[in-house]
Amino acid sequence: MKKHGKILLALLLILGISMLGGCGKNENSSDDQEKGGADNGVTATKNPSYGGSIVVGITQDLDSLDPHKAKAAGTEEVLFNIFEGIVKPDKDGNLVPAVASDVAISEDGMSYTFTLRDGVKFHNGTPVTAEDVVYSLKRYAGLLETVDPEVKVTSALSCISDITASEDESGKSKITLTLSEANTELLGYLTGAIIPKDYDKQADAPVGTGPFRFVSYTPLQSFVMEKNPDYYGDAAYLDKVTFKISADVDAAFLELLAGGIDVFPYLTSEQASQLTEKFNICVGTTNLVQALFLNHAEKPFDDIRVRQAMCHAINRQEILDMVADGKGSLIGSGMFAGFAKYFNADLVNTYNYDIEKAKELLTAAGYPDGFEMTITVPSNYQFHVDTAQVIVEQLKKVGVQAKIQLVEWGTWLSDTYRGRQFQTTIVGLDANLAPSDVLKRYRSTASSNFLTYNNAEFDEIFALAVAEADDAKKVAYYKQLQEILTNDAASVYIQDPASYVAVSKKLSGYTFYPVYVQDMSKIYYIETEQAK
Amino acid sequence: MRYYVKKIVSLIMVLFLIMLLTFIAFQVIPGDGAISRLGVDATDEEVEALREALGLNRSLPERFFSFLGGAVHGDFGKSYQYSKPVSELLTARLPATVGLAAISIILILVISVPLGLLCSRKEGGAADRAVTILTQTLMAVPAFFLGIIITLVFGLILKWFQIGGYIDPKVNFTGFLQYMIFPAAAVAVPKIAMTVKFLKTSVLRELKLDYVRTARSKGNTERVVLWRHVLKNALIPVITFMGMVIADVLAGSIVIEQVFNLPGVGRLLVVAIGNRDYPVVEAVVVYIAAVVLIVNFIVDLLYQKVDPRVRMR
Repeated sequence: MKKHGKILLALLLILGISMLGGCGKNENSSDDQEKGGADNGVTATKNPSYGGSIVVGITQDLDSLDPHKAKAAGTEEVLFNIFEGIVKPDKDGNLVPAVASDVAISEDGMSYTFTLRDGVKFHNGTPVTAEDVVYSLKRYAGLLETVDPEVKVTSALSCISDITASEDESGKSKITLTLSEANTELLGYLTGAIIPKDYDKQADAPVGTGPFRFVSYTPLQSFVMEKNPDYYGDAAYLDKVTFKISADVDAAFLELLAGGIDVFPYLTSEQASQLTEKFNICVGTTNLVQALFLNHAEKPFDDIRVRQAMCHAINRQEILDMVADGKGSLIGSGMFAGFAKYFNADLVNTYNYDIEKAKELLTAAGYPDGFEMTITVPSNYQFHVDTAQVIVEQLKKVGVQAKIQLVEWGTWLSDTYRGRQFQTTIVGLDANLAPSDVLKRYRSTASSNFLTYNNAEFDEIFALAVAEADDAKKVAYYKQLQEILTNDAASVYIQDPASYVAVSKKLSGYTFYPVYVQDMSKIYYIETEQAK
Repeated sequence: MRYYVKKIVSLIMVLFLIMLLTFIAFQVIPGDGAISRLGVDATDEEVEALREALGLNRSLPERFFSFLGGAVHGDFGKSYQYSKPVSELLTARLPATVGLAAISIILILVISVPLGLLCSRKEGGAADRAVTILTQTLMAVPAFFLGIIITLVFGLILKWFQIGGYIDPKVNFTGFLQYMIFPAAAVAVPKIAMTVKFLKTSVLRELKLDYVRTARSKGNTERVVLWRHVLKNALIPVITFMGMVIADVLAGSIVIEQVFNLPGVGRLLVVAIGNRDYPVVEAVVVYIAAVVLIVNFIVDLLYQKVDPRVRMR
């Protein structure tokens, strides 16, 4: 009975996830207010007011202000406010036209045509031209004649053979991408910033087209931006936003308590519970695939029965309860619920918690008494370390003696991830909005396939899915791909962890995205006093 | 003259050794600058291209000597992570670190010297006993813990300063001082406790010597004996200790910078090691080593000033 309750809860959570657009939205209400319309869960009438400034806490320094050179997710979440691509993600995970007003993909998936939006201006006042767009695309696709090695080339765009600009009869600028192989999912990668051509100070004074424009940046201290009055879309409410860089979450937490920060996105559940007096706590998702990743090239995880036994032996709901206060959404394959229509919710409970079954499988695989294994965990992610500790205890029940090996992030990247020297590891993997992005690492030839997963059927369907233009078929392919991963017990998929954001009670409109960004344009000061 | 030449030669040798050791250490520990920079999504080709661009593919001696060649001219190359000249990163973070060090050192000197003398003059008195108990306690408190307590009491409860509200000295110098006094206190208090104890012991030892009796018998007041005769001699061990303290705080009170959110050299070093940002780490380590060596050199000079019996050879 208890188990049923948990499963029901999990299902409810998963259903709830796709509705979670804005902060603290009443779960029972289905009305979807526009303009960042999330209310703060308080029964009061609030009108968004324009003006004001806020301080947002972040815990990592920006690696570059040039959007094409920035590689850290922590930088991208800030620069999202300054820059826009051809398209940009909205809160529901759709890609909406941004610098382009209109996007057309040819039926064979071999070419993309964009119409440049009228009246888009860069922050320095010059209008965006087709040349700027072509230049920007070429720059981050690695197609410029002289390639700057510091630019992060989007490797998914390597199938582009040519980018050209033209004008149609009505004088509108068009940009055409010609591909060398069919791909209908490039839009997810065309969120890269459009920047002015021949402007070489991007790394010091970035210029983009977004709802905010750059004011100042002081390393290890702050990044300041102000409202862009010429923005073509819905203007930002706030006049000024300061991203304040704190040394770590604990230092930022003290600043929150002292009132120096208005919005802080990386709280632990425990910290969040201490802040309820002055802050509304918004709970969303982190959009990560958290899993105990198994290395298929290492014994005993080359045996599918062992992998399945691991899936049965680990109680995912207990992990959520122990490390995240029960928050988070369970997953059963390599994709999270944020992918909406692509997410295969049927797989969440393929492997239920069943110790007997796990023991049977282990016996069949020749490990009746279990075995010893190592879980490699990056030490800077306390959340994953906590998860590992719960798993170690759970595995003891089936006779598997796991020990945790903490490694520093730089070591994890080079040895564990790239060097594939590990048995099992716990991390959270993120993705952009293209469904292929989150699953591409399972291709047998992918260099990012750190699990050394190998399934010819997966490779084949993956290629079909990427090239498919028909949406219904594409969805079916992706669901099938997830099913293959689950059936192979590719890893022990745990959850999409919950994300806790503290937002000052004076503010509203904090919006969660299915990608890693902090959209400040939707936040506003509440005008009327709250009714008690 | 020979003395200075000897000193400078040994300084250069030590710096060279330190650079070599840091370089070797970075070869031994796992991790790679290019991989750290590119994260999980990079393809092998991208990593290779960046390694090539950063010069990570060259042989070890080649890399070391090219770095050394630059360092001699004061050019530590470009940060892998920030793609900016290392010297620029370092200079931007110096005001916080140097400011913290300067304020702490002033606090230490201004408070500990009079307090130490007071304790030794009134040895066994109420004031001495109170100060002794206090110093014993404070000596045992680690600076970071003190930092947290200061943050809680003065930042959160009394609201005397804005937690994490570091102000750049170029923007507002008074604001900078108002904020820095708190982290400086966290650094200074345990060191003040140690200095007081040092000075007291040293003065008491001197007071037993013959020249003090002579000075007293000449009719000098106790104050004159203490300040003009004893202090000079008693300061020698204290100067040694202060040398260490100064080097310590100038080298970056890494933990304190973290607690008070100061954009200083220490935080830069922590972040750079995590990112395997080798040029930055080298530069910061060289900076720390140079500070320690130079302060030691100054301490040697001061010995001679304070006590002419110390001859430099």
